[in-house]
Amino acid sequence: MTAQPLAVPLRRGGGIARPARRPWTFYVLATAFALYVLGLYGPMVCIYILSFQDIRGGLVFPMKGLSLHWFVDLFTQARTGDVKGSFDRSIRLAVVVTVITVVVSFMAGLAFRRRFPGDTAVFYLMIGSLVAPGLVLGIGVGLGFTFLGLEASWYTSALGAQLSWTLPFGVLVMFAVMSRFNTAWDEAARDLGATPWQTIRLVMIPILAPGLVAVALFGFTLSYDEFARSLQTAGPLNTLPLEIWSMTLNVTSPSLYALGTVTTVLSFLIIGASLGAIVLLQRRRARRRPAG
Amino acid sequence: MTLRSALRGWLYVTPLLLVLVPFFVAPILVVLAASFMETDGFGGIIPTFTLANYAGVFTAPLTFNLYLETIKFTLFTWAFSAFIGFWIAYFLVFHVRNQLIAIGLFLVCTVPFWTSNIIRMISWIPLLGKEGLVNSTLIGIGVIDQPLEFLLFSSFAVIVAYVHQLTIFMVVPIFNAMARIDKRLIEAARDNGASRFDVVRLLVLPLSKSGIALGSIFVLSIVMGDFFVVKVMSGGGSASVVGAFYEDIAVLQYPPAAASAIVLTTALMLLVALILRTVDIRKEIAR
Repeated sequence: MTAQPLAVPLRRGGGIARPARRPWTFYVLATAFALYVLGLYGPMVCIYILSFQDIRGGLVFPMKGLSLHWFVDLFTQARTGDVKGSFDRSIRLAVVVTVITVVVSFMAGLAFRRRFPGDTAVFYLMIGSLVAPGLVLGIGVGLGFTFLGLEASWYTSALGAQLSWTLPFGVLVMFAVMSRFNTAWDEAARDLGATPWQTIRLVMIPILAPGLVAVALFGFTLSYDEFARSLQTAGPLNTLPLEIWSMTLNVTSPSLYALGTVTTVLSFLIIGASLGAIVLLQRRRARRRPAG
Repeated sequence: MTLRSALRGWLYVTPLLLVLVPFFVAPILVVLAASFMETDGFGGIIPTFTLANYAGVFTAPLTFNLYLETIKFTLFTWAFSAFIGFWIAYFLVFHVRNQLIAIGLFLVCTVPFWTSNIIRMISWIPLLGKEGLVNSTLIGIGVIDQPLEFLLFSSFAVIVAYVHQLTIFMVVPIFNAMARIDKRLIEAARDNGASRFDVVRLLVLPLSKSGIALGSIFVLSIVMGDFFVVKVMSGGGSASVVGAFYEDIAVLQYPPAAASAIVLTTALMLLVALILRTVDIRKEIAR
C-alpha cells in the first residue's frame, strides 16, 4: 500500500478539459464502479444485519426476529471461547504495535531521505519481510523461541512477528509522506540555529503530522486484524482474529456475525478518528498560513 | 558521501533492523535449518543433516497438485483484481472531474482494507450458501429451480473471496500511477486523432505499468502465502501449499513442513524479484 489517500498527488485544474458532455464510457464505468462498491460493502452489510436476529436466528436470510441476543451470547457463553479476553489483548497489542510502528517508521523515513551505503540492502530486506508468507515467519519465530527456551506469548513473539508486517507498510507510507517534505525547510531551520533534535521536533513533526497519523492507522488496523503471523506465535492466549478463526471452524450461530459486527464497529471508529485527526491537522495548518 | 552522513543513515535504520533481523531474517534461517533436520515424531527435531525432507517434497505427487491448485487461484485472482482495479482507478482519475469527489470515492474503496479480512470472507456465506441470498433470489424469479451448488464451498467461492479482499491492492498503486499522467498528453493524443481506446491502450496502460507491477506483488504474495481463505471457502474441496504444511505442523511434523515452506518462499521471492526488475519501486513510491 504505497499511498494513503491523503498523499495522493493533487490534480490541479481537475480532470480533462473537454466539452462538458460526458462520453458514453463514463456511464459504463460509473455503473461498474457502483457495482464494485456494492460488491465491496454488500456482503459485509448482510452479516451486520443478520447479527441482530433473535434466538431463532440462522446463518442465512430471511431475518428471524430482531434483538441483541447474539451479542449477549457472544460475551457470556463459554462455548464461543474467551472473546472478551482476546478483544482486550488485541487492542493492547495493537496500541503497542502502533507506537513502535510510528516511531521506527519515522526514523527509517529520516534515514532514507539521503542515500547511505547499504540502503538498498535494507530496503529489499524490508520488501522481503513484507512479501514473505506470514505462516512461514510464524513457524520460524515459534521454533526459534522454543529453541531458545523462551515461551511464546502475544506480547513477545506475536508482537515481533506483527511488527515484521506493519513496519514495512509504515516505512512505505513514510516514503510517500517524506517525498512531499521540502529539504529546504529543515535546512532553513538549521541555518537559523536549530539543533537536529529541534529541527525534528519543531519543524518536521508538525509538518508531517497528518502522515504520521496515517502510519498509525496502518499500524493499528494491520495489527488488530493480523492473523497468519500470529497463528504460531501468540502462545496459549488468543488474539481476536485467532478467536474469530476458531469460531469460523466450529460456531454455526449468528454469534459469529455478532463478533464481525463488533470488530468492524471498532475498526470504523479507528478509521474515523484517524481521518478526522488528519482533516483537523490540515485545517489548522491552512488557517495558520499567512494570507497572500 | 561523508562518513558522518553514512553513520547517520545507519543510526536511523537501526530500530528497523532490530525488528527485521530477529523477526524476519532469523525465523527464515530457523525454518531453513529445520528443513534439513529429522523429526522424532513427537514434535521434537533431531539435529542432523538430511535432504530427505526436500526429496519428500519434490517426489510426492501431491506437491505438484498443490502447486497447480495454488497457481490456479493466484492467476485467476491476479487477472480479475488487475482488470477490475485498472478500470476502477481509470474511472476515478480520468472520469471524475471534481477532485474532492474523486478522493472521497477513493476513500470509499480503501476503507474495507482497514477491517478484518476474515470477517469480510465469512460475509459471503449468507450470500452464496445453498439457502443464501443469491440462490433464493434466482429461484424466486424463476431463473433456476435447483439451488446452484457451486456458489459456496468451491473454487468459485475461493476466487470471489480473494478478489473481494485484494482488488484494493491493485486500485491504490494504479490510481497513484495514473494520477501522475500529464493530462495534456492525453489531449495531445486525442487532438492527433487517437481514439479513446487507443489512448487507453497506447498511453494509459504503459504509463500505469509501475502501479500494476506494485499491485501484482501484493496480490501474488498474499494469495500464495494464504491458506485460510482456501480452507474455509473451498469447504475442504481444495488445498493450498501453505495449507498443506499447516496440516503438517498441526501433527507436529516440523521438518517436512519447513522444507515445503522454504520451497514456496524461494519460488515467491524469485517471482517478486522478477517483477521488481521491471519497476524501481523505491523511486516509484517516493516520486
